[in-house]
Amino acid sequence: MQIRVNGNLEEAAPALSIKEYLTEKGLRPESVVVELNGQVVKREEWGKILLKENDELEVLRFVGGG
Amino acid sequence: MEDKLLIGGQELESRLFIGTGKFSSHEIIPKVIAASGSQVITMAIRRVNFFNEQDNVLNYIDKKCILLPNTSGARNAEEAVRIARIAREAGCGNWVKIEVITDNKYLLPDNYETIRATEILVKEGFVVLPYMSPDLMAAKRLEEVGAAAVMPLGAPIGTNRGLMTRELIRILIAESKLPVIVDAGIGRPSQAAEAMEMGAAAVLVNTAIATAQDPVQTARAFCLAVRAGRMAFLSGPGAVQEYAVASSPLTGFLHKQGGE
Repeated sequence: MQIRVNGNLEEAAPALSIKEYLTEKGLRPESVVVELNGQVVKREEWGKILLKENDELEVLRFVGGG
Repeated sequence: MEDKLLIGGQELESRLFIGTGKFSSHEIIPKVIAASGSQVITMAIRRVNFFNEQDNVLNYIDKKCILLPNTSGARNAEEAVRIARIAREAGCGNWVKIEVITDNKYLLPDNYETIRATEILVKEGFVVLPYMSPDLMAAKRLEEVGAAAVMPLGAPIGTNRGLMTRELIRILIAESKLPVIVDAGIGRPSQAAEAMEMGAAAVLVNTAIATAQDPVQTARAFCLAVRAGRMAFLSGPGAVQEYAVASSPLTGFLHKQGGE
């Protein structure tokens, strides 16, 4: 299935949870913030929510800024 | 005789807020924060780069500090609101620095969109500190919609040019009921001290510290300058005069005959 992550189309395995997706990408979950289809998803939910075709995922983090 | 700054129900000892951008490494940030004595620290939110993942900057900020995520990258009120909500959900607390910018050359803030974003976020319970152009009417609107402070620029972001907007900031300090925090453009501790002497409630400094040869020492210098400036303001500086007014007595000169 196709999903859009940080603006780019990607091929992802079906029935993948947000948590599994992040781990697959080599990210430490505690270091990022996730928005799914415009809604922030709390960390506790990441294991329960499965990605679907055409989902739009934003994976964000805090960076230095003024 | 230093007084405390009250913002969003929080009493702050330090009137120096600092940003975490442009440092050569994250490792220096804790040392800079400690040297600055700052209790309010800004940061930004960006997309993860999957090919070049970096540490989360929050790992380098003392847990005792108040986090002030900015909405940089927002081009209108809606985008600023979205970023603020993301930051709060991510556990950053409820303070936010609104930054709405479409001007890429001078990075001047859009006061109109900033007021709209402030109004929405105040209703959602945020403590909103808007970065703004120093316009009195905009400051009054921000006050009406519930901003916790106004943060006028001294000079364009990252320029280190000092208080170019001095006279407009002076008017804000005189006429606005909100704390005025000079944000952007302050390049030297002396300029921070000047803003504080004028009666600014605080200053926010990033580039001046991050791009100095010795950021830790510079942070300490800003800490002292802000304290000195505040003390000078509270002490009530003497009047400015057109002509000389002698500091030594004008009687009893040695060359006079027969005394006086």
